[in-house]
Order: sequence, then structure tokens, then C-alpha cells
Amino acid sequence: MTDQRSQAEIVRQSLKRRYRKERRFRAYGILAIGVALSALVILFTDIIGKGYTGFMKTSVTMEVSLDGDMMYLDDPTDSRQLKMADFVEPLVQALIKELPSATEQDRDDVRGLINPYASVTLRDALKENPDWLNTTRTMTFLSHTDVDVYVKHAGDAAYSIKLNDQQKAWADELLERGVIETSFNDTFFSGGDSRDPSKAGILGAIVGSLLTMFVTLILSFPIGVAAAIYLEEFAPQNKFTDFIEVNINNLAAVPSIIFGLLGLAVFINLFGMPRSVPVVGGLVLTLMTLPTIIISSRAAIKSVPPSIREAAEGVGASKMQVVLHHVLPLAMPGMLTGSIIGMAQALGETAPLLLIGMVAFIVDVPGGFFDSATVLPVQVFLWAGSPELAFIERASAAIMVLLTFLISMNALAIWMRKRLERRW
Amino acid sequence: MQPANLLLLTLVLAVVAYGLGYARSRSLAMPLGGIRHLKSLPFYYGARAALWSGIPALIVLGCWAAFQGKVIQLIIIGGLPPELIPETEGQASLLLSKISNVASGALPAGFVDAPIAEAAERLKALRGQSRMLMSALVVSVSVLAGFLGWLRIRPRLNARSQVESILKWLFFACAALAILTTVGIIFSVAFETFRFFGKVPFTEFIFGSQWSPQTALRADQVAAQGAFGMIPLFTGTLLISAIAMVVAVPVGLLSAIYLSEYANRKVRGVVKPLLEMLAGIPTVVYGFFAALTVAPFISDLAASIGIEASSQSALAAGAVMGIMIIPFVSSLSDDVINAVPQTLRDGSLALGATQSETMKKVIFPAALPGIMGGILLAVSRAIGETMIVVMAAGLAANLTANPLETVTTVTVQIVTLLTGDQEFDSAKTLAAFALGAMLFLSTLLLNVIALKIVRKYREQYD
Repeated sequence: MTDQRSQAEIVRQSLKRRYRKERRFRAYGILAIGVALSALVILFTDIIGKGYTGFMKTSVTMEVSLDGDMMYLDDPTDSRQLKMADFVEPLVQALIKELPSATEQDRDDVRGLINPYASVTLRDALKENPDWLNTTRTMTFLSHTDVDVYVKHAGDAAYSIKLNDQQKAWADELLERGVIETSFNDTFFSGGDSRDPSKAGILGAIVGSLLTMFVTLILSFPIGVAAAIYLEEFAPQNKFTDFIEVNINNLAAVPSIIFGLLGLAVFINLFGMPRSVPVVGGLVLTLMTLPTIIISSRAAIKSVPPSIREAAEGVGASKMQVVLHHVLPLAMPGMLTGSIIGMAQALGETAPLLLIGMVAFIVDVPGGFFDSATVLPVQVFLWAGSPELAFIERASAAIMVLLTFLISMNALAIWMRKRLERRW
Repeated sequence: MQPANLLLLTLVLAVVAYGLGYARSRSLAMPLGGIRHLKSLPFYYGARAALWSGIPALIVLGCWAAFQGKVIQLIIIGGLPPELIPETEGQASLLLSKISNVASGALPAGFVDAPIAEAAERLKALRGQSRMLMSALVVSVSVLAGFLGWLRIRPRLNARSQVESILKWLFFACAALAILTTVGIIFSVAFETFRFFGKVPFTEFIFGSQWSPQTALRADQVAAQGAFGMIPLFTGTLLISAIAMVVAVPVGLLSAIYLSEYANRKVRGVVKPLLEMLAGIPTVVYGFFAALTVAPFISDLAASIGIEASSQSALAAGAVMGIMIIPFVSSLSDDVINAVPQTLRDGSLALGATQSETMKKVIFPAALPGIMGGILLAVSRAIGETMIVVMAAGLAANLTANPLETVTTVTVQIVTLLTGDQEFDSAKTLAAFALGAMLFLSTLLLNVIALKIVRKYREQYD
């Protein structure tokens, strides 16, 4: 009797300690999830905080008198004259007129407020409308990147303001009068890369990404589905089939940079294909995403119940008819979901594309599959490596665009899984 | 014609062949009294004609498009006057890019020697000819084969079984592409690696403790003698992977345990997708975060407590890589924990153990082999990870175990050695392939071991 009681006593006494341990263990779990989720939150707030200003641009709107004598131009249709003419002078004069305290001596400082590309904008405007010569027009130009940084980040210690005090005073004055104003950065979405952060845009990279993804999709989806069908439905049980499966499983875990080496050695060196073009990028990404698509397609085929097959076979369908007419349509939603996830992976991939030369500085928006191009993640990489903080801001903004694409693709996949996939 | 347009044309021709084959089978069947006298449905006769017309043409097109670039390059090099013929591959590729620049008009012909300008003209002419020949060949193959296929349509022909067996072979070819890819990887890496070991002894590469790949490009250039010892790269890779594991394994494992044993359905439904979101973020974004936020934060923090930390510390890259790997570890552990039979759990709870005691003393030991396999897979992922280290770890090959110092990794060096450089025979570029070979072999080994463990473990409870 005493023995039993003492044992119960021991258990009772230890209960408190054991429950404490239980609570502690549970707290560790919550802590771990907290760490992971706070990393996610910090990552997002950091990128949004760094990059939201990238969606704003600073522009200067002023009355420019397009005086022919001042520009040494009397015929805007003559391309030689256009090349020689001075398009900076009217801009400087217009801005001096806006600034009562500025004189001819300050022209260099005044010029430092306008974007160096503003003269190109002015030239193109005159080329388009030759009759504007010798008139006065209200026009809008990009401000200098230094002004852009000053207007957006005047109080931020991380940014070094390159304007001098006089320029700062002018910028404040112009800002107050509405000559300088910030608006939505359409340049960011309508241009290619540039050496000047104010002019740099992601359209070139987005088009490059779309072209590359198109090549990847039209190759990897049919090939992946066909391979999955073969392995699930037709492959005999033998060593060779096992070998194929081992290969697919290993390829799924091979580091992506190895696929870049493969692309460099095979597509570029062996086949002599050009560097940095979407076709080669698409081929490399196809090889990389194929294992993902094959594995998810096989899972989709496996989930079609045998009763469907048996019913089709029972009414005399051949093996191929069973697969193509009955199994494939039922497995299609699952295959599509897997492919979207694979494509999202490919869209965010950078390393293999670096090796096949998609890191070049490319200003033009690519027009075809054989044009030099870069892709969105590589553009982020290029800008992130820049010492200029204005480019870092653009890189964060580009990341937001990239993440928007990825999140919507994944959301689409989840939606499809919920809506279209049938549970048996 | 451009290859892309030609591809479209081939597809159009295949569709035409389908239509013609379909029509012919019907018209053959009419006098016999309807399509029920055909061996197969008209669809299969059409499909057969389309496959006959399409497949050979596509094979010709693919081969031509793949090899024309190389063949044209060889012809151009061969046609140069003897004094200009390049001796090394590096010179050849420089010369070729010059010629193609002249041909595309990027470099005016007046700026280069006459033979180069001539070669550029020839290049333009050859490209035009090649394109024409390719178009002619592909179209004639398509039409001819399609016609043959169309001609051989008979009512007694079993078109369905033919179409099905062609399709089956096509499916097989797609599956076998995986083998081809592996073979391609092995050959492309092995070939250059052997050439590298012709220049740098194998023992020096494996056991050398100095890494400075700067070699003289020209004979008269003053440059350091390159050193190719991979030990500093290897230790750097291991250091960063170890830091990543220190972050990822406890966090991933504990969150998997919490989610599978404690959390209710609602919490799981919210937290799991959020964790998986971490896996969906592109690595370049993590690299950006590591290089521009975490690394400065760590070096500031270290400075404030009086320790010196490099602005590109191994710790920053490793910690962020760990965050990236968390969902990988947690989803693998989740699978393994869920695979432990419920009877073990029930038995332990029935004896009066608390949930955490059950977890620690029963489920965890049972799941351990599977968890180890998952961790090995995560290590292989960390070793092969590129963008985070390219952006946040440095280039200096220090042999150190201090996480606050700069280290470099195998992947960083591959990217650095291969971006920008055009020549393919210097020890520097070949070294990248040798590193690639090492990377491929080590990740392959880890994966094979890990998959074996995971599979064995699964069988144990099935």
C-alpha cells in the first residue's frame, strides 16, 4: 500500500515540472514560427520601405521658349542641324526665368537641376513638331537624379544629397511653387535600363522575362506532361525506367547554377548560339523546370482513380485512348497547377542566366527571341550592385513588381487547385 | 526564313497534311459504303499524315538550327588568310565576335583590316544561304514526307495503332530527355575539367590552400601567378552552409512539430502557406536583403559592441540563406513526422506521457532517420545556392572559421570567373568548370544518400 501511494506521490510531485516542460516545448514551437514569420515580415517591410519611392518620379514643368537663334537651329527637319544644335540652353534659360534669385553666373548650378536627358526629350519633341520652333511651350522634363533624391529623401541620413545649398534652396522654392513636382513614375514602366537612375525602367526586363518564359512554357509543359504520361502509363518495369526515374529525381535537386554551366557549354559553345538571348535562357530554364513539372504531373496522373481507366478499357478503348481521352483531361488541372509553380520558380531564377550572358547592360526593349535581353531578377541583381542609392531604390521597386508577378502566379495555382482539382 | 517562322510554317503544313489525310480516308471509304469500312477512324488517318509531315521536318529543323552556328564559324575561320588564323580558342572567339560585329553593322567595315571585312561579308552571305537552304530543306522534307504518308492511306491500314505507337515513342523520347540532360551536364563539365587538370595538377586543386585565379592573359603581361587551391572555397562554402543550418534546422523542425502536433486546423491553414511563401521568394531578393540590410546591420551591431566585422560577413549570407531554407526543412520534417504511425503516438499517450514527452521520446527517435535525410537535402541546397552568396558574401578567399569575416564560396567563384570573360582555354575559365564538377559531385552524393535514407525510412512504416 505504502509503496503504491509513494509512487503516485512521486508522479504527482513531478507533474508540475512535466507540465512546465510541456508549456516550454510548446513555446519553443511558437517561437520558431514567430521567427520564421517575422523574417518574412521584416523582408517585406524592408523592401517596400526601400522601394516605394521608386514608383515616384520628380519632374520639372516650365515654359520653354524655343528660340531658334539660341539653339543655333533654323530647320528642325534637318538631321545634321539637329545633331549640332544646343538644346540645353533653352532649358537653362527657362529655369533661370523661374528662379528670381538666379543669374547668368549660376547657370551651371541651375543646369544641375535638370536631367541630362531633358535636352534629348526637347530635341525629339522638336523633331516631331517642327512648327514649335520660335514659340513658347509649357513642357515637362525629368528632374536631375540628385534633385529626385533630395525631394524624396531630404531627411534620410542614408542618402547623401549631392546638391549644394543654393541648389537646395532653389529646389525647395520650385517645389513650393509647383514647378518641381512628384508624380507616378511612368518612366519606370516604359523604358529600358539606363545609366541614369531617373531614366531607368523595367520594361526591357519585363519583356525579356516574358519572352524567356514563353520559350520555357511551350517547351517544358508538353515535354513534361509527355514524360509523365510515359512514366506513369507506358513504362515497363525495368532497369531503364528506374534509371530515368533516378535521373529525374536527381535533376530536381541539382543546383541551378549547374544548368547554367550546361547551357554555356552546350548551347553557346557547342551549338554556337548567341549569348544573352531569350531562346537560350528559355532552353536552360526548360531543362531546369522539367523535373518539377514531371513530378507534379505524375502525381496528378496517379490521383485519377483506376475505376476511370477500367471503365474506359471496358468499353474497348485502347491504352492510348484511355490515357488521352480520359486520364489526361482529368489530370490536367493538377498538371497545370504544377506547371504554374514551376514557371514561377523559373521566373525568379537568376544564377543560370548570369552564366549565359544575360547580365549585359541593355538599353533597348528586346523585340524578338534572338535579341539581346535581360530578365527581371537579373535586372534586380544589376541594380542592387550599383553604389548609387537611387538605383537601389529602383531595384527594390523592381523586386516589388517581380514579387507581384510571383504571388499572383502562386495565387492562381492555389485557386486552380481549389476550384478545378477533383477529389475522388 | 527565321527558325521561329519556319517552325510555324511546319506546324501549318502538318495541319494541312491532317486535313488532306482526313479527306482522303473519307473519300476512299465512300465507295465502300461509309467510314465504318475503314480500319480506323478518319481522325487517325489525318493524324498519321500530320505526324509523317511534321516529325521529320522538325528533326531536320532542330538539327540545322542547332549546328548551323558552329559550322558557319568553322567555315569562316577556315577561310581566313593563314596569318590571321587564330592559335588559341580565346583569340578565335575574339576574332569571331569582331567579324560578327562588322557583319551586323555595329562596327563599321572601315575600322578593320580588309580580310576581316571580307570575312564579315562572307559571314553575312553564309548566314543568308544557310537560312535559305534550311527553309528549302525543311519545307521539302515536310511536303515530301506528308505526301508519302498521304499516298499510303488505304482503307485496310491500321492508322490508329501506327499513330499510337509513334506517340508512345514520342512520350518515351520526352522521358529520356532527363537522361540526356544528365549526360549533357556530365560531359560539358567533365570535358572542361579534364582540360583544366592538364594545366593545373589535380593535387594542387584539391589540397591547395591558396585561391587567386588571376593569371596573365597575354605572355607579356605582368600578373600574379594564379593559384588554384580549392580548400578556402570549400571551407567558405561549408561555413556559410553551417550557419544556414544553425538557423534553419531548429526553426524549421520546431515549427513543423508545432504545426503537426499542437496547432489546430485554422492556425495550420494560415501559417503553412505563409511559411511556404518564404520558399517562393526568388533568391535574388534574399541576396538583396542580405547584402543591403542584414550585412550592414550585423557590421554595425558588431561595431557597437566593439568587435570588428567585415561589411560582407559570412554570417549575413548564412543567416539569410537559413531563412530561405526554413520552409524546406519544415515541410520535409512535417512529412516525416506525419508518417510515424498513429499507434506509436497513442501508445505513448495512453501510458500517461505528455505530448512533448511523446514527441521527444517516441516520435522524434522514430522520425530521426527521415529528418536526417531531409537535413542532408537542405545542406545540398545550401551548398548549391548562388545568388545570396554572390550578392552578400565576398570574393576574398580567406581560410577562416570566423563568421564575421568575408569568405567566398564555390558558386561565387563560378559566377565571377564566367561572367564577362569570353575566352575558353585559360586556366581561369576552365577552373570554373572544375569547380562546377566538384559542386555537381558533392550535391549528387548528398542527394543520393539523403534519398536513400528517406526511402528506406518510408518503407519501414509502410
